[in-house]
Amino acid sequence: MKYEVDQLGFYGRYGGAFIPELLHKNIAELQEQYLQIMNTQDFKRQFNRLLCDYVGRPSPLYFAKRLSEKFQTKIYLKREDLNHTGSHKINNTIGQILLAKHLGKTRIIAETGAGQHGVATATVAALAGLECVVYMGEKDIERQAPNVARMKMLGATVKPATSGSKTLKDATNEAIRDWINHPDDTYYIIGSVVGPHPYPDMVARFQSVISEEMMQQLAAQTGRDYPDRIIACIGGGSNAAGAYYHFLDNDKVELVSVEAGGLGIDSGHSAATSVLGTDGVIHASLTKLMQDKDGQIIEPYSISAGLDYPGIGPLHAHLISSGRTKVLTANDDEAVKAGYELTRLEGIIPALESAHALAALPKIKFKPGEITVVNLSGRGDKDLATYLKYLND
Amino acid sequence: MGTQRLQQLFRNKKENLLSIYITAGYPEKDAMPKLIKLLADKGVDFIEAGMPYSDPLADGPTIQHSSSVALKNGMNLSLYFKQIAQVRLEVNLPILFMGYFNQILKTDIDKFLQQCEIAGIDGLIIPDLSPEIYQNRYQDIFKKYDLGLVFLISPTTSNKRIQLIDELSSGFIYVVSSSATTGKTGGFGQEHLQYFKKIKAMPLKNPTIIGFGIDLADKYKTACRYANGAIIGSAFIKALNHENYLKTASDFVKRIKKTAL
Ligand SMILES: Cc1ncc(COP(=O)(O)O)c(C=O)c1O
Repeated sequence: MKYEVDQLGFYGRYGGAFIPELLHKNIAELQEQYLQIMNTQDFKRQFNRLLCDYVGRPSPLYFAKRLSEKFQTKIYLKREDLNHTGSHKINNTIGQILLAKHLGKTRIIAETGAGQHGVATATVAALAGLECVVYMGEKDIERQAPNVARMKMLGATVKPATSGSKTLKDATNEAIRDWINHPDDTYYIIGSVVGPHPYPDMVARFQSVISEEMMQQLAAQTGRDYPDRIIACIGGGSNAAGAYYHFLDNDKVELVSVEAGGLGIDSGHSAATSVLGTDGVIHASLTKLMQDKDGQIIEPYSISAGLDYPGIGPLHAHLISSGRTKVLTANDDEAVKAGYELTRLEGIIPALESAHALAALPKIKFKPGEITVVNLSGRGDKDLATYLKYLND
Repeated sequence: MGTQRLQQLFRNKKENLLSIYITAGYPEKDAMPKLIKLLADKGVDFIEAGMPYSDPLADGPTIQHSSSVALKNGMNLSLYFKQIAQVRLEVNLPILFMGYFNQILKTDIDKFLQQCEIAGIDGLIIPDLSPEIYQNRYQDIFKKYDLGLVFLISPTTSNKRIQLIDELSSGFIYVVSSSATTGKTGGFGQEHLQYFKKIKAMPLKNPTIIGFGIDLADKYKTACRYANGAIIGSAFIKALNHENYLKTASDFVKRIKKTAL
């Protein structure tokens, strides 16, 4: 594996654990134990069984015929939207709740943007019978109301983050502070490939089930176990990391990451981190982030709460800077349009996040016979209110 | 000068050291030089001069708030250094930069440390720079400068790590009073005292200063029994009244000094 994390948690120059001493004990415990625990037969058996019987995996790889006709190519959709709770986020929360149990923790905390990770965490906490607190930006609580209701029904406490832009970045700050204040009983389930080492690697491994299944499904459906191209949206980058994982060393597979352009890259209202960002530390990881000349973090903007994040996971910073992945951006209007298009052509309402990945399709020059997989990271039920504002446009 | 001013302080005074944390640019843009001068006059031993940060992970609501107000007031790094340089002409007590690692990294570490030296900063407190990462990646750069570097220990820090941190620190060791972000109120319990006792009994080369959550003269006094002194941050920031912050600052220090000593 060319893109593996090193001893201190770096991918090339990105990553690490820039943590206050107050978190050292908990982070060191994870660093020392995560691989050991994840690699036991017992853990693997429990993880795989839950993914199968509870989450509903494997998620289908669906040949989107009408979408393919429109773009004159072969497009497959990896249907993470069909997972229990409606997105890829649950692959990771199942893994981490098993880890938390193994470590004897009794209280679960999480941050959430779109609410998908919050719901996925509240779900596994209910399943495990553990107390759960989810931090969510005040602005996101408003725009993702259905998910807030689901978390509450699942028994989680949803705490508003009221600082900064009142979105995902601020919710993550609050979750980290909560962990500092609860060093003994609490486990922090991070929702993407972000945060201090070992989280980026751990979450990528839990999400790698996506590319593992993709290989088998492609082999069965196309006779070849890899596609020509994979497209995924990146907020923090967990669905992309999972979709790329088993193909990272296969240079025949082009990897396309789609960032949220918001109102446009140069509009001052964007979340296109790799274009607008420079090297810096956010949430204890050295990566690319949107910041001013003093290192103050700039508040991002996207119509999609799950992509409204000023950083990206360190793995992605490394993949981008080494040229392994190619980055495209999709603006709010392009994403909404792509969401409607998929809905009308295939009868699938995608999450606004996933709609950004679909919005990359018109920007790509397809060669005849090529196979492209779009990672459909989640379903759009949570976004109906936003979509419906555009119904008559 | 840097480490020299710190060494001199700790050589001459071994107990009841009082340090105050301020947020640069709070409560108004030009408050820092005035506050530092006043605190020096009132007998405060050294200053922790916080450069406000947009995302202060180790800080509780009070310092989060003062930081965001300070940034809105227009505080930035070049103004910060300008104000420190200005007040440095008038005071001789040690002044430490307190801020987050990204502010240093983004400026460029060398350039940042040069600016610290030029402005008259004596040391740095960087709560999110871990000893491991410092040792493996940045030690050589920091070593080029005559600046103290203060690492933190917490109740969950093992004895072995405390020794490592003692080796890497220059100036003093920042003993975080409890497992909490800054500004947590409530008295010290048995578990705090046990922890302080343990630290006091360890043969460390650096002086120790207790901080985080020191909000009452009583807690300051207790801290001073187990360490060389204490830092008061959130409680001081909270006490500052916007309209007459110099007066309220002065009253605060008088109150602490009177009841504690
Ligand atoms: C459906 C969906 N896709 C994508 C994302 C973005 O996260 P990541 O980049 O970690 O996959 C989110 C985050 O909330 C999401 O809910």
